[in-house]
Amino acid sequence: MTYTVRKFDAVVVGAGGAGLRAALQLSESGLKTAVLTKVFPTRSHTVAAQGGVAASLGNSEEDNWHWHMYDTIKGSDWLGDQDAIEFMCRQANQAVVELEHYGMPFDRVDNGKIYQRPFGGHMSNFGEKPVRRSCAAADRTGHAMLHALYQRNIKVNTQFFVEWQALDLIRDADGEVLGVVAMDMETSEVVAFHAKATIFATGGAGRVYYSSTNAFINTGDGLGMAARAGIPLEDMEFWQFHPTGVAGAGVLITEGVRGEGGILRNADGERFMERYAPNAKDLASRDVVSRSMLTEINEGRGAGPYKDYVYLDLTHLDPQVILKRLPSIHEIGIQFAGVDCLKEYIPVVPTCHYQMGGIPTNRFGQVVVTKGNDLSSPVPGFYAAGECACASVHGANRLGTNSLLDLLVFGKSSGEAAVASIRENVKAHKPLPVDAIEKSLARLDRLNTQKGGSNVHETRVLMQRTMQKHAGVFRFSQLLKEGVDKILEVAQAVARTEIQDKSKVFNTARIEALELDNLIEVAKATMISAEARKESRGAHVRDDAHDTPETPDGRDDQNWLKHTLWHRDGNRLDYKPVQMKPLSVATIELKKRTY
Amino acid sequence: MPEDRHVRLGRLRWQCRRALLELDLLFERFWQRYGDTIDLQDEAALGQLLALDDYDLWALVSGTQKIDDPQLIQMIERIRNEFVPLDHERMSDNFYFNATT
Ligand SMILES: Cc1cc2nc3c(=O)[nH]c(=O)nc-3n(C[C@H](O)[C@H](O)[C@H](O)COP(=O)(O)OP(=O)(O)OC[C@H]3O[C@@H](n4cnc5c(N)ncnc54)[C@H](O)[C@@H]3O)c2cc1C
Repeated sequence: MTYTVRKFDAVVVGAGGAGLRAALQLSESGLKTAVLTKVFPTRSHTVAAQGGVAASLGNSEEDNWHWHMYDTIKGSDWLGDQDAIEFMCRQANQAVVELEHYGMPFDRVDNGKIYQRPFGGHMSNFGEKPVRRSCAAADRTGHAMLHALYQRNIKVNTQFFVEWQALDLIRDADGEVLGVVAMDMETSEVVAFHAKATIFATGGAGRVYYSSTNAFINTGDGLGMAARAGIPLEDMEFWQFHPTGVAGAGVLITEGVRGEGGILRNADGERFMERYAPNAKDLASRDVVSRSMLTEINEGRGAGPYKDYVYLDLTHLDPQVILKRLPSIHEIGIQFAGVDCLKEYIPVVPTCHYQMGGIPTNRFGQVVVTKGNDLSSPVPGFYAAGECACASVHGANRLGTNSLLDLLVFGKSSGEAAVASIRENVKAHKPLPVDAIEKSLARLDRLNTQKGGSNVHETRVLMQRTMQKHAGVFRFSQLLKEGVDKILEVAQAVARTEIQDKSKVFNTARIEALELDNLIEVAKATMISAEARKESRGAHVRDDAHDTPETPDGRDDQNWLKHTLWHRDGNRLDYKPVQMKPLSVATIELKKRTY
Repeated sequence: MPEDRHVRLGRLRWQCRRALLELDLLFERFWQRYGDTIDLQDEAALGQLLALDDYDLWALVSGTQKIDDPQLIQMIERIRNEFVPLDHERMSDNFYFNATT
């Protein structure tokens, strides 16, 4: 059949921080670059990032990249690759200064330097005490970042395809990636974007859980597309639950609030974090805080009629500080919790927030797979950056503000790697395979003709509840086992989804059904990887992983210091070692992670 | 030829996919309640609001910023009426604590 083919040097899928940073690199070097996005670029989820971006500028007190690197590795519970982490922490200052030059309105201190605030897990002198490392633009850091990057992209003629949904990766028989198939939401036309380099920056998949801080757009499309094209997904058992989602709604209260002095209290009013993390207290790493909160609740010290949340207390802070530095928080408290945080406590619970795993890449943003003895062989033409990718810098647990940094650093490095590869190796477009768009058409056709199938909304909720119950903050071996069977059952329902509306223009029912095809891949990858990992590490905490001298807090380095790779084909798992060797400094040696 | 209503509403509905969960939650309920009854004036008001940046829209909906246009004020009122402060019923359907399930 005939179909439209659009040719570009590079196609970037996603216009959040990672996609825009990558596109900028490509367009600035003169390559013809397309960016596809489901929503208008400055409505990408990066907008929601409030807390800031980490960089050891040392503007308020002494700091350096080596301390930042140490914190990131410790935060990752040693599952992060030390080469990629060193790379990211060393690039951080430059990444922030570049943004400043692009016009990003960072908050400043009196001497004109960028204002920095403390943030969970970021410490000075190899874990001694909290340090001010987060650079912010009020509580709109992500928003300001996207605007700066978008404007810059417009200047260098990046071509945007807004309200286009990428459906599938185009990968030929040699395994090379030659672009993506995408659908124009306005007409339902399916087009092949033919490119010498394809960069995925599709963001996270937080909607896979029922209770989530993520906006509805975060459906893991890049992960689904990669998995369907035979690329494994790495470390998908690791999901960060943010300690402070508003109970009942999921809406996030940024950690910056605790950075400014907010305190967690149980039903008795006790500042319980003093017991769990005597040094860092309320600013301990997220997984530590989340688990402490749940322990309080499980031991009966939760607040409210069902004793199922704890309190975030800001009442002792100067109202001017809250209103000036954290204006949204006041509103969120009022609107979603019905409390005035200047006078009352906000009810909060740990809520799904961030996906540490993703499409496996190296520090150049090249997607890597196992090929013979090479465990990290780049897939020609394919790159990924941002939350959809796993570089892996966050390992088993991400530190707050390291994600915006990840977008900037790996968005740029993936763009640079693509430019170099196009310049050096890919002189012309390799021909598309004859069946380039057939798989996507078959999926659309199935959806259009399905009779007696399952309801999209109900199936999605079933998936989300299954994930929440069987692979939540605490993990239980029995529930995980059952969860695997259940999620595979849900997957069968997803394969039979039916939509009533068959119209061609802005058919949101169809878009959501296609998104569910992606979410379910993420759900399977998570459940199966989590069931298999028989230890506790970072965000993955199991009931049957015991605290012994050999396995402190249930972490079993002997057997499990390795990355999981889930393959869609047969739900197969394999593993690859963690890169323990940094680029220029000594290995940060394994030790028990305490705050 | 003017676009048919179905098409126009489809576009507006998609544009209610926002960067902020706060707005997604409100719009989800908004469409459940008003999806069938939206008229041309509503469409115009909604279209204007949806063209705003998320934080500007959030400022209007959460009442920290005001606007003069009566049409828009009315639409904002309808959106913000969907606020759902702490929902105990939803929470009692308890999925945070899988320890007990
Ligand atoms: C509430 C909240 C607050 C946060 N605060 C912070 C913070 O303070 N500091 C920090 O470091 N991190 C923070 N994070 C995490 C951080 O915001 C995200 O990890 C990061 O913004 C992800 O950026 P991204 O570029 O990878 O993806 P996104 O910004 O999510 O962008 C994804 C892009 O992909 C596009 N897309 C997706 N699928 C398709 C498809 N099929 N076809 C076409 N386009 C597609 C979307 O349209 C969008 O443009 C926060 C997260 C949340 C939820």
